[in-house]
Amino acid sequence: MAMLKVKRLTKAFGGLVAIKDLSFELKKGEILGIIGPNGAGKTTLFNLITGYLKPDRGEIHFGGENVTGLRPHEMCKRGLARTFQITQPFANLTVLENVRIGAHNRIRSSREASREALRILEKVGLYGKREELASVLSIGHRKSLELGKALATKPEVILLDEVVGGLNSKEADDMIKRLRMLREEGTTILLIEHVMKAIMSLSDRIVVIHYGEKIAEGNPMEISKDPKVIEAYLGEEYVLAKGK
Amino acid sequence: MGRYFVHLATTLLFFGYLGMAWNILGGYAGQFSFGHAAFFGIGAFTSSLLQLHAGVNPWIGMFLAGIAGLMVGLFIGYLCFRYGLHGPYFALAMLALAEMLRLGAIQWMSTRYPLGINLPILGDSLLQFQFRSKVPYYYIILIMTTAVLYLTHSIESRRIGLYFKAIRENEDAAESLGVPGFKMKMIAMSISSFLTAMGGTFYAQYYLTLDEEAAFGVAVSIEVLLGPIIGGAGTVFGPLIGAGILEFLSETTRNLLGGRSGIHLMVYGAILIAVIIFLPNGILGGLKSISRRYTRKSEGIQEGYGDA
Repeated sequence: MAMLKVKRLTKAFGGLVAIKDLSFELKKGEILGIIGPNGAGKTTLFNLITGYLKPDRGEIHFGGENVTGLRPHEMCKRGLARTFQITQPFANLTVLENVRIGAHNRIRSSREASREALRILEKVGLYGKREELASVLSIGHRKSLELGKALATKPEVILLDEVVGGLNSKEADDMIKRLRMLREEGTTILLIEHVMKAIMSLSDRIVVIHYGEKIAEGNPMEISKDPKVIEAYLGEEYVLAKGK
Repeated sequence: MGRYFVHLATTLLFFGYLGMAWNILGGYAGQFSFGHAAFFGIGAFTSSLLQLHAGVNPWIGMFLAGIAGLMVGLFIGYLCFRYGLHGPYFALAMLALAEMLRLGAIQWMSTRYPLGINLPILGDSLLQFQFRSKVPYYYIILIMTTAVLYLTHSIESRRIGLYFKAIRENEDAAESLGVPGFKMKMIAMSISSFLTAMGGTFYAQYYLTLDEEAAFGVAVSIEVLLGPIIGGAGTVFGPLIGAGILEFLSETTRNLLGGRSGIHLMVYGAILIAVIIFLPNGILGGLKSISRRYTRKSEGIQEGYGDA
């Protein structure tokens, strides 16, 4: 069953067409990777799906409903959470408070939201940092916090914008393990990632976009052999081949 | 001496009250209003004019003043927040609102109340919100301040308080976590404008006279936000502590230097600047970060295992 359907989505900024006639489906329980060279429109796509930008044309369906044009907080209430590529911590609040804000999406009571937040912090490896201000966290911890905040909203689908990028190799391995665990728990994941090792080993399917258009779709093996993809990533075929 | 002291205590609580009302919008929700005089003045004018022209009891007038302030708050809030004004733009929009009302009041009053609005003296009566002694005013503002202190505390400890702070810190991130930004800002605006306007009525009843400067003047907008800024915006006790410090400063400099005209104001201003430079988060904010540094040091060993 398709959780999320993107139908012929188009978005232009002035003369620049960032997303062009893009369609794909995200099935329940899968991890779908979105890759493409820098500036391909991946983050714009996320902003369109989550309501930060309004599409010029096309529709977004979530859980069988047309949700095109809904505000970000409404998308979150419906069970679609996201992280930001440039992490967006609430700098002057503690790590626990950061995650509690997410937990309040489904829980009204402060005490229960705190309990839920602590559970999430344990899961993303930030329990020991719970009383620190978010502003003092390292980049690795910030990425974990970003994931924790989104998870606390109890999403059915989570959109992850480069949660592995920028991490050292141990942190990256931990993060990949965490995402696998998430999938096993039944969360559906849409993943943007530059780290090929991560996307190749995690994704069930991959959609490749280039200049805002879909140029390929398939499983990691097919994608890494697709000549159009190799051309788009000219010079990166080595990375692709090594990644599978 | 006793009378002077009661007046000081009343003023302190009065500015503490207004500061806390501002703090809900400006401190917690992070929407820095530079024109709270708009609500204050609307409140003072509403209850005073209702009393003069329709004989409305000032207690009822105070409630209606709150409603009038709320209406103005919802109007300007809708305009500002719907179109995404924030930061300095929101502050300036609020300033412009207060100035428009002030200029309007000057025009309107020049023919009708050239000497300002003077409330009729109705004697010493709780029912009429008028007293010969200052002491009852003190108790009234004490109750009002305590009530708002309690309100702020409840906001702080509930979801709504955390949502306000989330918007202050990063509205886009807050929205992604299900926080309805526009709605929360409108709620903060409503509470803040309602309470500020009620403060306007208290002022009118305390002095029994009113003009456009005292109601809508820029000085009012500044005095309202100075307490929270000095004491610590976005904290429960910050505005009250700030009001205390400001009053102590202004009284001390006036008593020590009042003989030489204007000097006390310069010293007062210099101290304010120093506080803002060295304690950008106010007294309570400063104390908080010091205590945080201290506890981190003492828990330094545990911290190494933080990730386990």
